[in-house]
Amino acid sequence: MTTTHHITAGFLPLLDSALLVAAREKGFAEAQSVELTLVRERSWATIRDRLAVSHFDVAHILAPMPIACNLGLSAPAPKMVVPMALGLGGNAVTVSAALWDAMAECGATDDLDARTSGAALRRAIDSRKGEALRFGVVHPYSAHNYELRYWLAASGIDPDSEIEIVVLPPPDMGDALASGLIDGYCAGEPWNTFGVLKRSAHLATVKAAIWKSSPEKVLGVNARWAESHGEALDALLRALYSASLWCAEPENHEELASLLADTSYVARPAELLLPALKGLLPIGAGQTRVVKDFFVPNAKAATFPWKSHALWFYTQMVRWHQIEHTAEHQKIAGGTYRPDIYRNAMRSLGVALPSASAKVEGALRVETPVGSSGALTLGPDGFFDGSLFDPDDITTYIAAQLGS
Amino acid sequence: MKPSGLNVLVIDENRIRAAIIEEGLRDAGYDQITVIDEMRGLARRIADLNPDVIVIDLENPNRDMLESFFQISRAVKRPIAMFVDKSDEASIEAAVDAGVSAYIVDGLKQERVRPILKMAISRFNAFSRLNRELEETRGELENRKLIDRAKGLLMRSRGLSEDAAYALLRRTAMNQNRKIVEIAQSLLTAASLLDPGAEE
Repeated sequence: MTTTHHITAGFLPLLDSALLVAAREKGFAEAQSVELTLVRERSWATIRDRLAVSHFDVAHILAPMPIACNLGLSAPAPKMVVPMALGLGGNAVTVSAALWDAMAECGATDDLDARTSGAALRRAIDSRKGEALRFGVVHPYSAHNYELRYWLAASGIDPDSEIEIVVLPPPDMGDALASGLIDGYCAGEPWNTFGVLKRSAHLATVKAAIWKSSPEKVLGVNARWAESHGEALDALLRALYSASLWCAEPENHEELASLLADTSYVARPAELLLPALKGLLPIGAGQTRVVKDFFVPNAKAATFPWKSHALWFYTQMVRWHQIEHTAEHQKIAGGTYRPDIYRNAMRSLGVALPSASAKVEGALRVETPVGSSGALTLGPDGFFDGSLFDPDDITTYIAAQLGS
Repeated sequence: MKPSGLNVLVIDENRIRAAIIEEGLRDAGYDQITVIDEMRGLARRIADLNPDVIVIDLENPNRDMLESFFQISRAVKRPIAMFVDKSDEASIEAAVDAGVSAYIVDGLKQERVRPILKMAISRFNAFSRLNRELEETRGELENRKLIDRAKGLLMRSRGLSEDAAYALLRRTAMNQNRKIVEIAQSLLTAASLLDPGAEE
């Protein structure tokens, strides 16, 4: 007789909670003898606190946040491990109609190209008078914050002195933009689609253009729980992997959108969720663009917890003065992501796995088959400015960024 | 000993709960208390108030914003840490259970702050209890209405007296091991299916 694993997971009402929702609603959790309870929250701070006091065993969480917790940046923090990512991509940079007009006059085009739009923003700032532009992000330790800052800095804009970056809850972004409190934001879905369709906003660029094949949310696990519930965690990871396969199938997108639209999950109309799932995004002024790989639930090892991803987030924490670079800090950051747990759990599924645990981010310029089975392809995984991140040479990378 | 000298900020969009906490703190001798229920311009308000302690409800979606102010102290002049004591797991757990979170200025002595957190926890718990009781009362009222409607339906359709209609509902409930309100609900549902509009 198999035992049932009772697991409670916290999540925020966002599109990329899809894997957890599908695991529960489509029976993938049940198939692994997991009774999965999903609890919706309204802030990442509360997700962290409820993980800390074991109200939650695991949670849908911002990819850099468990690293920040383990580095002691965010007390009272539980010790956390990340044994799985919950997909790649999913964010966009959305700007107000007024700022988009100014950017368009400076050469911004409708193709969401990060380089062109960044250069246009640079010129728009130069010809602008008055207050600094204000951009919203969802959390200081979020991929949103780091990719927005990366995009700005690589476009020659100082995100600290030339832009004011503020934190706002994602559901408030669209209204804050429409009322002029902010000029742009970097958020997940459905909040970019909401801004464009309901608040006359315009997409400037997307996460999938700034850093291709990059992680967004991960499964954050209370380390103490993980240690004492290895079997339950493995079962959950397998359930989430099966869910990721289901979420990736185009013929399931309509059903997934309506599942997520339910009042107990994202609680927004399915038409706001479908564009990101289909990769067919409204970008403003009634236009849509195909963004292949906007949100990737399964392909390209989308659920694999790359140590190089953890380490890149760490370099950005150092770059933006959230923490000092030391060998010890680097070790803690890299050790937060646990591909070993992932591999162990997936063994019985016969899933094609990457043989390495870290990669040089930006080295794959095109989609590349890896491994002997040929069942897995990775990349492209580049940054829009063409630079490389080598996780074996972090100190050089950090020094170059701090010096610039 | 006067416990005050501490500047306490309570952030709660629920005005009733905020008032309950404020009252508790004032009764305990804290006299520098500010309550904010409007999130707009929060950064400036905090910078102006320069609080020693901030109490906020866990359900507030602006907690991430609030915590971002503590970074590189853009809005707050002094560094602020979370909770009374990082190592005090029991008090953290009690706070999260009650649905409240507190932040304190770095370096404040824990003995000075702990009573504030304790007060907030007990007032949050009292408020939840009150809410639950209110909901139960509201639920009872709803049930009473459903039973009355079912009784009316039986009186009209079967020509029963009010007492006889109620007795029939009660007997059916007992026979089926269900609540009277459940029988009333089933009856009303069945009636509306058989003859939409019949009930009104």
